[in-house]
Amino acid sequence: MKKPELLVTPSSVDDIERLSEAGADAFLVGEEHFGLRLAGEFKREDVKESIKIAHAKNKKVYVAMNALYHNDRVEDLADYIAFLQLVEADAIVFGDPAVLMTVKEVAPNMKLHWNTETTATNWYTCNYWGRKGAKRAVLAREINLDAVLETKEHAEVEIEVQIHGMTSMFQSKRMLIGNYYRYQGKNLKIERHGKEEALYLYDPERDNRYPIFEDVNGTHIMSPNDICMIDELDELLDAEIDSVKIEGILKSPDYNEKVVSLYRKAIDVYTENPDEYFNIKDNLYAEIEAIQPKNRKLDTGFFFKETVY
Amino acid sequence: MAIENISTVKDGKRVIVKKPELLAPAGNLEKLKIAVRYGADAVYIGGQEFGLRSNADNFSIEEMREGVEFARQYGAKIYVTTNIYAHNENMDGLEEYLQAIEDAGVTGIIVADPLIIETCKRVAPRLEVHLSTQQSVTNWKAVQFWKEEGLDRVVLARETSHEEIKQIKEHVDVEIESFIHGAMCISYSGRCVLSNHMTARDSNRGGCCQSCRWDYDLMKQTDDANYPDIPMFSEQDAPFAMSPKDLNLILSIPKMIDIGIDCLKIEGRMKSIHYVATVVSVYRKVIDAYCEDPDHFEVKKEWIDELDKCANRDTAPAFYEGTPGYQEQMYGNHSKKTNYVFAGLVLDYDTQTGIATIQQRNHFKPGDKIEFFGPDIQGFSQTAGTIWDDSGNEIDAARHPLQIVKMKVDQQVFPYNMMRKELKWQ
Repeated sequence: MKKPELLVTPSSVDDIERLSEAGADAFLVGEEHFGLRLAGEFKREDVKESIKIAHAKNKKVYVAMNALYHNDRVEDLADYIAFLQLVEADAIVFGDPAVLMTVKEVAPNMKLHWNTETTATNWYTCNYWGRKGAKRAVLAREINLDAVLETKEHAEVEIEVQIHGMTSMFQSKRMLIGNYYRYQGKNLKIERHGKEEALYLYDPERDNRYPIFEDVNGTHIMSPNDICMIDELDELLDAEIDSVKIEGILKSPDYNEKVVSLYRKAIDVYTENPDEYFNIKDNLYAEIEAIQPKNRKLDTGFFFKETVY
Repeated sequence: MAIENISTVKDGKRVIVKKPELLAPAGNLEKLKIAVRYGADAVYIGGQEFGLRSNADNFSIEEMREGVEFARQYGAKIYVTTNIYAHNENMDGLEEYLQAIEDAGVTGIIVADPLIIETCKRVAPRLEVHLSTQQSVTNWKAVQFWKEEGLDRVVLARETSHEEIKQIKEHVDVEIESFIHGAMCISYSGRCVLSNHMTARDSNRGGCCQSCRWDYDLMKQTDDANYPDIPMFSEQDAPFAMSPKDLNLILSIPKMIDIGIDCLKIEGRMKSIHYVATVVSVYRKVIDAYCEDPDHFEVKKEWIDELDKCANRDTAPAFYEGTPGYQEQMYGNHSKKTNYVFAGLVLDYDTQTGIATIQQRNHFKPGDKIEFFGPDIQGFSQTAGTIWDDSGNEIDAARHPLQIVKMKVDQQVFPYNMMRKELKWQ
């Protein structure tokens, strides 16, 4: 059985070493000027350093360029892509076709992963972006396990699936936190309310807490629970999903290190001895549950949930 | 690339030769006909599958055909929204559906998912394909991509500004459509799954339950589990909200025409015939007046007031004129009372007696202040006089929905003119 790539989002260059030791195969890094909702801010020097460290350990580094660009930032794409080619990034993650167009112009051999977060909902469209040049599609989190498996069966591109952590629910270009403060009459200066402020929206009807933060791309609202599929990996692994992702945003390096090591173990055990995986999976789940931060429950996202419309 | 020349000089006077298409929404056949009668150049409708607004009335293929035939008499076009992000399970029936739309004589479809774009090109090639705002296209290079993919038109993200759209028109020669009026997502369209998480309804397949318009408490988390989290508001503050004021670009229409935007779009397939009639007729007047004499054009106050008569929320120009701040959102009470209500639809008028036959749409009675408007009259107001039922009996009020009544009117009216009643708020 082919092992999937175990992909994680580090919060700093220092994490690359730790998370590699813990068993990660690949990293997603980037800066908010080009990428969305990153676990850490990696400026060009950091990206270069991360790639150096990772490549020495035979690990991969992908760089996020999945923002929605307005005209003013389109001008910056070519230079950044040329830089990523120079430092030998393993792939660029994009959502906006402007990136695809620019990669064709300045770095036609650069690998591309298609990820808009919400719109990779059927296999045809994954293959469509494959025909346009993407090597991989990152599936929307809002489709269920059957749809994931069916998509993998029909896919002509690699398929990446998030199996752990927070997901994005919403992006607005407006500064919704700052606007609220200004409406209240406080905080009249324009400033961003970033991830470090640990703000959330409380929804009393559902007793849910949705993390919210602002950055250069606007306001982001995140899911109330963390996906945790460590005890439900068998079908994903049987289907040979190409990459499984642990989202590290808004989590500590210690937490991410521990979670990566537990998934590493789960994947290795299942691929070598499936029966043994079924013996240990509840314990692996319990180990994650034990380190969950305050207010963050675990669930299985949409893998086993039906949506209507 | 320069923007094409949109004006010419005729008899010593500059006139606009490139008039944008005025595109209106319609949730059913009645609304479609009203939109066309009131001056829409094109109408977009939803079918029973593959479109957002799964809880709107929506059109059967037969109704689409009837709508197309009706619109054709006025030289108007019909587009069908098929702008879901499809899941694997939605692929069945797509080809037949697109072929049926094409056979019904529809001009084009509005679409987000490449699955539907490519299927349409393969099985229904006579349909134009317009890229939906659900793709949130925000830059010229992305527009270039979709042009190269063979799309006929791109509907831009509602987050694009005047300057950005101008640059897009300068860089790419493809039809551009932009919203001018109506409700808006506060998120980038297609990038919001709040409904999925909160109610298990898929926002990108038409199930959106507008979770963004609910109230929330903004809290700050404390690190220590023993300390409660901190509310970022005081007791007298309204709760955190993300409700945007509705879009209203009446003042920006000349600028939009000047940069050659090809289609100006009104939102609202769920809205009433009164809303559609009012908004379409106002923008029709603005576009026509500007194109006829751009150098002496001014937006009339009566047009702005007229739009207010069908508004149930405050409005703002949103991103077209810069990044919206808190003044362009609503906190606390999100609704707004208009001073007018749609009271009746004119069915007939007797030129001999000056008596109109009216279908009741809201309670009205003698003494009420009423006004009439329509595509073929100058609006006028009067006081309601004696009202008779359809058997000629005098009645004290028109109280029943869709009741047919007669009433003397001060000026000539025509079928499909509308009557509003002014409300007296205490």
